[in-house]
Amino acid sequence: MERKTKIDAAEGRQDLVITREFDLPLDLLFRAYAEPEIIEQWMGTKVLKLENKQHGGYQFETSDGKGNIVFRANGAIHEFVPEKKITRTFEMENALFGIQLEFLEFESLSEDTSKLIMQIVYRSAKHREEQLKLPFSYGINMAHDRLEEVLGKLK
Amino acid sequence: MNLRRDVFQAIADPTRRAILLLVAAQSMTAGAIAANFDTARPTVSKHLQILTECELLQQEQNGREIYYHFNAKKMKAVADFIEPFRKMWDDRFNKLEDVMKKYKSKK
Repeated sequence: MERKTKIDAAEGRQDLVITREFDLPLDLLFRAYAEPEIIEQWMGTKVLKLENKQHGGYQFETSDGKGNIVFRANGAIHEFVPEKKITRTFEMENALFGIQLEFLEFESLSEDTSKLIMQIVYRSAKHREEQLKLPFSYGINMAHDRLEEVLGKLK
Repeated sequence: MNLRRDVFQAIADPTRRAILLLVAAQSMTAGAIAANFDTARPTVSKHLQILTECELLQQEQNGREIYYHFNAKKMKAVADFIEPFRKMWDDRFNKLEDVMKKYKSKK
């Protein structure tokens, strides 16, 4: 079976290109990125702020069962063209790999299918490696693991 | 010196990536490989040494000549490295798809 999500991580470069085709029409795919209550559902995180516009910004936060914050990320939105593209920065707080620049491009493939091309640019190839080295198993756990590691060092 | 045995360090260099592509197509001698580059022969030898040290290339004696072979198994380490990251995005996008499908049917 063809892999639905493709990650192109050419060596020696400082970016990643993540491509994914969805069994969803373009408008639905885009809404998954544009509406806070939908983002909360699929990212499993709280949306504290989301201003989807030029010079806008966002902030996400995830807490564990005890109310401890395990993940917090924020960024600035530079471009927001409905059903076409979002250009934004992404910063995971307390992480070592720094601020990333994300280019999200949305394309319609047919009435019921669409495609997302996401280019993530890191500050350096080394920063990209740092992120790829994370011992994550899935989703938000990666932030959790990272945080534990960072906090573990502070003890 | 340990750094040299790191596959990622080895393929971070564009000349070494070009060498790998050449040798992946067919096994070649150092001389034949060097003929493809403008750089001095000792420079190419150094690159071959690094690629051999990290086992991306293997040497085979054939009469008087030493042929360089591509070691695909070692290259797989690079693909394996990316795999968990791909899986993370896969899981996340699958969830996005599920959420939006429910959303659609609710409307």
